[in-house]
Amino acid sequence: MMEGTASAARISAPARPTVAGLSVWSWTIGGLVLVIAIACALPLLLSGFKLFQFTQVLGYAIALLGLNILTGYNGQISLGHGAFYALGAYTTAIMIDKWSVPYGFAIPVAGVVCLVAGFLFGIPALRLEGLYLALATFALALAVPQILKYFDSWTGGSQGIVLSKPQAPFGLPLTSDQWLYFLTLGTTLLLFLFGWNLLRGRIGRAIVAIRDHPIAAETMGINSALYKSLVFGVSACYVGIAGALVGLAVAFVAPDSFNVFLSITLLVGIVVGGLASISGALFGAFFIQFVPNWAQDISKAAPWAIYGVFLIAFMYLMPRGISGFFHRLWRRLLRAGAKPAELKRS
Amino acid sequence: MSLRRLFAFVLAVALALPAGAFAADPGVTATEIKIGNTNPYSGPASAYGTIGKVIAAYFKKVNDEGGINGRKINFISYDDGYSPPKAVEMVRRLVEEDQVLLIFQLLGTPGNSAVHKYMNQMKVPQLFSATGATKWNDPQNFPWTMGWQPNYQSEAKIYASYLLKNIQDAKVGILYQNDDYGKDYLKGFKDGLGDAAKKIVVMEQTYEVTDPTIDSQIVNLKNSGANVFFNITTPKFAAQAIKKANEIGWKPVHFLNNVGASIGAVLKPAGLEASKGVITTQYAKDPLDPQFKNDKGMKDWLAFMKKYYAEGNIADAANVYGYSVAQTLVHVLKQAGNDFSRANVMKQAANMKNLELPMLLPGIKINTSPTDFAPIEQGRLAKFTGEIYEAFGELYDASKK
Repeated sequence: MMEGTASAARISAPARPTVAGLSVWSWTIGGLVLVIAIACALPLLLSGFKLFQFTQVLGYAIALLGLNILTGYNGQISLGHGAFYALGAYTTAIMIDKWSVPYGFAIPVAGVVCLVAGFLFGIPALRLEGLYLALATFALALAVPQILKYFDSWTGGSQGIVLSKPQAPFGLPLTSDQWLYFLTLGTTLLLFLFGWNLLRGRIGRAIVAIRDHPIAAETMGINSALYKSLVFGVSACYVGIAGALVGLAVAFVAPDSFNVFLSITLLVGIVVGGLASISGALFGAFFIQFVPNWAQDISKAAPWAIYGVFLIAFMYLMPRGISGFFHRLWRRLLRAGAKPAELKRS
Repeated sequence: MSLRRLFAFVLAVALALPAGAFAADPGVTATEIKIGNTNPYSGPASAYGTIGKVIAAYFKKVNDEGGINGRKINFISYDDGYSPPKAVEMVRRLVEEDQVLLIFQLLGTPGNSAVHKYMNQMKVPQLFSATGATKWNDPQNFPWTMGWQPNYQSEAKIYASYLLKNIQDAKVGILYQNDDYGKDYLKGFKDGLGDAAKKIVVMEQTYEVTDPTIDSQIVNLKNSGANVFFNITTPKFAAQAIKKANEIGWKPVHFLNNVGASIGAVLKPAGLEASKGVITTQYAKDPLDPQFKNDKGMKDWLAFMKKYYAEGNIADAANVYGYSVAQTLVHVLKQAGNDFSRANVMKQAANMKNLELPMLLPGIKINTSPTDFAPIEQGRLAKFTGEIYEAFGELYDASKK
């Protein structure tokens, strides 16, 4: 990250960097618009099943961004975010199933519940650093499936809760798969925008400062305890909303949906996608959604061995995650674009 | 404009023609029948993965012998890792992308629950699901879903009817897991006992899956004076119960539900000596039971295992299970004749009459009807000898009062 900004500064000193005559800013905006346009066009091109997969990808992306804010930006390792994913999914499911609350209302409530739960969990977690925090959160991931079975009058026990897929409102001519996809896409855009806004400013710098040098950060007047708990809350809120959306798309929640493996998968997602990177959340989501399926298509006998090979290959070829890889590629392009401009001037 | 409309019309007719001519749903061509399945090949329940493998092996045998009405079975099986969301994804892939005729032998209550509604909305058969929950027998509300093995309630009724006939002055103590599975068994047992239930059940104890031990429950049951123990527990707790009862010298007639009756996972850890006399139910032949040593069905099964699934464990009852359930599907498909529409396949599945399978216990007959979606409802009791389960006594039929 550091060297990236430094070299960018070096290049931009003599002339604003341009690629093919356009500034970096317009390239970024153009790229974003293109990605969003493609995302909006997908329902016209894909079958219901593929859309369902992409809805899951978007859900994972929200969860990964949430975990990345905590682990990537703030340096708190969590092996237990599957617990908040479950909390979000169950909050929504119980509200819809038991109290007939409309899902449009239940999803934000799930986010708020997870925000509070995450904040509260963040307070005792303050005493724990690094690997010890990882273990404490791991305990959370282990406990949640069993706790869910314990309150079986609410959660339906091991049988879980079956939901009905929401139909498109206002008589929109969309199938429920298409509607859920758009709902998830809209939420994803909103939460990514919010996350970007949060991380680029004063608060974002404080969050990163706590990660890089906690003592220095405190000396500068950052309330480390408050920030860390708040970050935990925001992170849990993202993951909870993701759980709520995916729970709706799957139309079923059960303790077996939220085992320890889910938490580990989320951690794999942010590392492969790229730590402390917003776009990394999206790349990571594609990875955890599709690579296990490809692995299975390659070998039925040992899909997880193939998955492992993919994982090692990614880590070896892209040590800073997929987003880090693209970042470097982009910088090379920038340099290549900047040189001819400099040459012309000289 | 009119030319375009004409073209569209011709196209529509052309597309509709073959569909009308064959009257078949997706998944069936003149040479192939596509069957979809997901199984936990990885994850916490991967011990059941062998079921998917033995089914694939059996379909290979069927194909080698000419297939079904000249069509080969194309068995597509994905890993669901025992995760409900993954099961949903894989089942949707099978139905929407692979275009299978039906989903066969989806394993586990959670995965089946997750796709229950979907399958019935899509009107795709969800046949012979591998779970003992009673809810798969609900043709009225879910006409596209059917289980296969005796469900929990049926099994519990078998113990109840044995008890009523054979044990005088019974005082029954019950321990059950406090969830849907435990309550399912409890309901079947009490239904089976009928009016006698109030009189002879002297104590009910429960535990939560999260409890570390069930020692105090066992002590309470002993102190209640019960001389019959109905043990409705999952493997870990079943082993604890057997061990504790033995330690405190409680020797009731011990009925152990099928869920927790595994010799390897339960009786061995509990102690083989302590487990002697434990009674459970069986509906399939146990490969270790010497009374089937010269049985033709057993010999054929062993030959099949050797030829098609040599790496499979012949002591594992799951391989008998997979073999038998695959035979049931083949029976249904053969019975469907040349009409492989989903509706007809479902109709045939609900129309099995006195089907006997070589690896089910002698006398067990599979029967279904449009109002009865519970294929196997009979079973025999089996007592643990210290080494194996030995079937004894008559065949019980839970569908009869």
